Amino acid sequence: MKIAVCVKQVPDSWAEKKMIDGKLDRDGVDAVLNDLDEYAIEEALAIAEPLNEAAGAPIHTVTLISMGPDRASEALRKGLSMGADDAILITDPALAGSDALATSKVLAATISAGGFDLVFCGTESTDARMSVIPAMLAERLGWAQLTFAGAVRVDETGQEIEIDRSTEFGVEKMKAKFPAVVGVIEKINEPRYPSFKGIMAAKKKVIDNKSLADLGLSGADVGKSAAWSVVESATARAAREKGVKIEDGGEAGNTLVDYLLEKRLV
Amino acid sequence: MSALILIDHAAGQIGKSAGELATFAERLGGVTGLILAGSGQGDALLAEASKIALNKVILIESDDFANYSLAAISEALSAQVKALSPKAFLIASSSRGKEIAGRVAIATDSGLITDAIDLDSSRKSTQSVFGGSFSVLAEVTTPTAIITIRPSSIDPSYDESEPVVEKISFTASDRSKLAQVLSSEAAVKGGRPELTEAKIVISGGRGTNGDFAPVEELADLLGAAVGASRAATDAGWYPHTHQVGQTGKTVSPQLYLACGISGAIQHRAGMQTSKTIVAINKDPEAPIFEVADFGVVGDLFKVLPQASKSLAGRKS
Ligand SMILES: Cc1cc2nc3c(=O)[nH]c(=O)nc-3n(C[C@H](O)[C@H](O)[C@H](O)COP(=O)(O)OP(=O)(O)OC[C@H]3O[C@@H](n4cnc5c(N)ncnc54)[C@H](O)[C@@H]3O)c2cc1C
Ligand SMILES: Nc1ncnc2c1ncn2[C@@H]1O[C@H](COP(=O)(O)O)[C@@H](O)[C@H]1O
Repeated sequence: MKIAVCVKQVPDSWAEKKMIDGKLDRDGVDAVLNDLDEYAIEEALAIAEPLNEAAGAPIHTVTLISMGPDRASEALRKGLSMGADDAILITDPALAGSDALATSKVLAATISAGGFDLVFCGTESTDARMSVIPAMLAERLGWAQLTFAGAVRVDETGQEIEIDRSTEFGVEKMKAKFPAVVGVIEKINEPRYPSFKGIMAAKKKVIDNKSLADLGLSGADVGKSAAWSVVESATARAAREKGVKIEDGGEAGNTLVDYLLEKRLV
Repeated sequence: MSALILIDHAAGQIGKSAGELATFAERLGGVTGLILAGSGQGDALLAEASKIALNKVILIESDDFANYSLAAISEALSAQVKALSPKAFLIASSSRGKEIAGRVAIATDSGLITDAIDLDSSRKSTQSVFGGSFSVLAEVTTPTAIITIRPSSIDPSYDESEPVVEKISFTASDRSKLAQVLSSEAAVKGGRPELTEAKIVISGGRGTNGDFAPVEELADLLGAAVGASRAATDAGWYPHTHQVGQTGKTVSPQLYLACGISGAIQHRAGMQTSKTIVAINKDPEAPIFEVADFGVVGDLFKVLPQASKSLAGRKS
């Protein structure tokens, strides 16, 4: 079985984010592997590892796929040090400013070329926060969509996968034949920390750099010029006014109610 | 065609979001509502739909929606978007709403905006990004814009209407039957307001130590919804569906009261745009105080009951 995991490099969640020309300023901040994608990597590894053990050979592989700038290779290294086998990084100057439609086009082309059985994704990237790429991949590839999975069960021999889809609406059990796009939520597992051995091994693992031309796509398909939504302006909100902070000396509950009444909040 | 909206419904009732979407859609001209329902289940919903301002309702009935979920739903909706070429197709933001929007955008070659909080008559949308620190005005350049709108972004105008009704049946193609729904269990709805719809949200975190009674007592006095941090939902103290934050719900009420919540960035991502934020926390250094308009350094088990008592007293 060949499993792919789509992972994104994002600005550190705690970093203050700025926008320049309607785009997130990615250069000025620390970049990390999107933490929600670590759950997708963990789940893929948790499926492949016992199967490999049973087979006595590493025949089930986990490949990371990322679209992003050169330095996204750092995020891929982290995923490789968790235990993924190899990685593909799609980098091209023409990709700058791509929207979700373009991103999904590039990822779908990469997946199609790779002969994968399952593709895992996180629920959302912590910067874009759209939560749409997994659904878009399923639509583009014509594969089964199994997203918001809080539990995954794979039947390798039957080439079948079942999930518990867990959302604000409730829980649904869903089933599909391979190939499928699987999106996982953060309740699904506890991602491992890379071990020292894993970190050393990751240094020797291959990151395959691909350009748009390698995927049969042209610059006209992607990037800012091809984006179907244009940011007209991005305005920084006035910073929140510094609030009042009181220490409870026994009357804070009453003072709080005074505040709420005075502000006409209750 | 001016604008198309997806009318969400559950348990035979049309959701509050439909009125909100219709109110935004009216800015673009005439409004057509789409209702997807199981076979024979649409008529009851049509009666409900006349409570919102619509020019037309298209009812599509098919059991494939329940059996094959998102793929089938998206296929049916994409066909309508292609046939009608609306200026915009508005969907309420939710996990499902955004996934449907994504698929329809691909299938119809349309630009996509998610989590808008405003939409003007020239089809420009406003989004609040990075925890509310930036407001982005964006425009879609394709003939149809697919836009998901956050719940409670507008006070809906509930004009009664007598929309023209069109009924259509639908059968999903094989491509939309790849993922099959085996069983489904709806989230239990408590008696309190829905998190994303409430004007006041009171949340409890690890500091409650599993005892949400003081949080619920004040919530009930104020008609508020109850939220929880991930620490509280992970511990099983409150259902996952009440989690506020990055991987829970995004809320933007008039008043958000965080009780025994430290204010981790992932929690703040879901509540930072609330109009007024109040925090009660024992630790004066808790990061939640950085975003609080009114902070109380104290024990929630003392402060909350006193506040409830005081409120109850002033109300009577
Ligand atoms: C991928 C990912 C996604 C996440 N998504 C979310 C999310 O959607 N939502 C979310 O909330 N978190 C999320 N988290 C978790 C987040 O990082 C924090 O761990 C979590 O929000 C902490 O919850 P808490 O504030 O209740 O607990 P803590 O951080 O332990 O804080 C408890 C607070 O209660 C105070 N306290 C204790 N006793 C009392 C008392 N008697 N009276 C008053 N105050 C008291 C303490 O001083 C402390 O500040 C996510 C994390 C990850 C890695
Ligand atoms: N540039 C990218 N490269 C690889 N995977 C991505 C990229 N963007 C998004 N994804 C995947 O899609 C998921 C949802 O992202 P989003 O729709 O942007 O919120 C992420 O958790 C990743 O698994």
